[in-house]
Amino acid sequence: MSANLTPRAKFATTLLRTAAALSRATGRGDGSVIGGRVGLIVEPRLLELLAEGRHVVLISGTNGKTTTTRFTTAALEAIGKVATNSFGANMPTGHTTALAKAPKAEYAALECDEHYLGQLLDAASPKVVALLNLSRDQLDRAMEVTALAAKWRQTLQEAAAQSTIVANADDPLIVWAASVCPRVVWVAAGQSWTADSAICPNCGSHLDRFGEFWRCTNCGLNRPSPQWSVAQQGEAVVGPDGRRYELNLQLPGRVNRANAATALAIASLFGVDPAQAAPRLSEVASVAGRYARVERDGRQLRLLLAKNPAGWLESFDMIDPVPPVVLSLNAREVDGFDTSWIYDVDFTSLSGRNVVVTGDRRTDLAVRLEVDNVRFQVVDDIRAAIAAVPPGPVEVVANYTAFQDIRAEFNRVN
Amino acid sequence: MSTLRIVWLYPDLLSTYGDRGNLLVLAHRARARGIEVEPMQVRSDQRVPHSADLYLIGGGEDGPQAVAADRLLQDGALSRAAEAGKPILAICAGYQLLGSSFYANGRAHEGLNILDLRSDRGPSRAVGEIAGETAPQLGIGPITGFENHGGRTHLGEAVQPLARVTSGIGNDGATEGAWAGHVIGTYMHGPGLARNPKLADLLLAWAVGVNPGQLPQIDDSWPERLRSERFGALANAQ
Repeated sequence: MSANLTPRAKFATTLLRTAAALSRATGRGDGSVIGGRVGLIVEPRLLELLAEGRHVVLISGTNGKTTTTRFTTAALEAIGKVATNSFGANMPTGHTTALAKAPKAEYAALECDEHYLGQLLDAASPKVVALLNLSRDQLDRAMEVTALAAKWRQTLQEAAAQSTIVANADDPLIVWAASVCPRVVWVAAGQSWTADSAICPNCGSHLDRFGEFWRCTNCGLNRPSPQWSVAQQGEAVVGPDGRRYELNLQLPGRVNRANAATALAIASLFGVDPAQAAPRLSEVASVAGRYARVERDGRQLRLLLAKNPAGWLESFDMIDPVPPVVLSLNAREVDGFDTSWIYDVDFTSLSGRNVVVTGDRRTDLAVRLEVDNVRFQVVDDIRAAIAAVPPGPVEVVANYTAFQDIRAEFNRVN
Repeated sequence: MSTLRIVWLYPDLLSTYGDRGNLLVLAHRARARGIEVEPMQVRSDQRVPHSADLYLIGGGEDGPQAVAADRLLQDGALSRAAEAGKPILAICAGYQLLGSSFYANGRAHEGLNILDLRSDRGPSRAVGEIAGETAPQLGIGPITGFENHGGRTHLGEAVQPLARVTSGIGNDGATEGAWAGHVIGTYMHGPGLARNPKLADLLLAWAVGVNPGQLPQIDDSWPERLRSERFGALANAQ
């Protein structure tokens, strides 16, 4: 793909790789961000130039984008090489690095931060854009969620006329944003958090819900009929022709079966037979440490990342019902400084379990659990949490930097 | 009173920053005193019950705030509850709409006129930890919370500020929130009542018609530890 690059872009790409390698060698991370930054300074159009001629899918939404991108990559690898930002560096610097590192990849599966979707639509001219869900996340530093949906709607209208959209029919904000596009493939990907879409994003009236169906009582916005869905029985995805594709995922929970449905829908738009793609998804064991299993002192920990209310509810739905649960909460800049969202999470399902809380803001969690009458122990860090539970399986749920701290304790497990 | 009825108004429109937490905290603290609680979530397409014991209203974006104000004005029950001396706790957008006017989507809207105040836009968004000293007659000590709002609120003569700001912005950088009778408005979420248990107890005491001191003591070790952490974090930052 890079054969057509200008000399300037080639030079920028070389510098990008050098900067990324230096950053890795000095232990400062995987180098995606710094590499991309260097490359884009030398050639501001580098992302666009590197994307040219490739078949690109962008994947965005509040939750599940890293996992869905990973599933999509696994599926597309059935037909060719895929460039992807697998380290979760989901802004233009990370995209630039992902493309620069895979010059021969004909395909690109790029996870995209919700706030950069417009920029990526312009730069990468994607064949497919997948929109997973929108819910409240880091409100102290990000946009409120209806405003973000409105921005997407406008952006999609302006810049996505050539793309096919794969969108979640169960999320009214996504449906409203995507419905301006001429070609949409709808996936019944579920909605674990409905509180941000009690009212119609289009007109402000009430949404009525009957089971999985929803519609606006005023303007008629409603749930489109999905072409793809998660099977009601067993672990499978049902495709547009009613055909079942069995899943045998290592990743837990309904939400990951929904991510798999989205990945199969994307892959089939690239010409991959879903029957060929589905088994490839079961090879994914963990995603940048998420769902990874690690062992210490006879305790087998499973690590779950949950960054916002929807994510915490999803993780409570995923965890095994018996083992002790460690909850870790930080409120550093990338987490958002505001912890009030923990009151949007219902913790009562943890009642009666052995619950251990840690993280910078463990006292906030303690107060929260007390209000829900959930008993808990408070400990200083993950080592103390491990010591506080008996040998055997342990479920660990942590928000972003808390999760990274725990990963660091286990040699940055992937 | 047999059962304490706590109404949470319009969670479909105004519930942005853990506002449900205020309802959970009040219910938890009432039950810990052996008071039965009936939490009532009232959607904006439902009538507001006029006979509840305590009313909560939360924060939200501009559009839903304007819609909520219109519906509450039409409904009328919240204003009658305030006149009857029922306690009301209003947060952020909910606080602004209790005044005479507020700004949403670039224009002024009519408020409920329950509190003598009006709100407009500030020069910048106020985002971060907020703390303040409250009036001694409230008996609740310093307050701690988290604020996130673009509005500024100007108090009239018929209300008192809830607190004098020691950190953060609140109404205008000098005062935070307002109270009159049994109505309290504040920019603190966090949620406010989880971080200020004495404020929660003040509302409960008003609702059941006792002095706060008559409520049985409960173990507040964790909320107190959280308070000292948050005040400590502000002291370290300054």
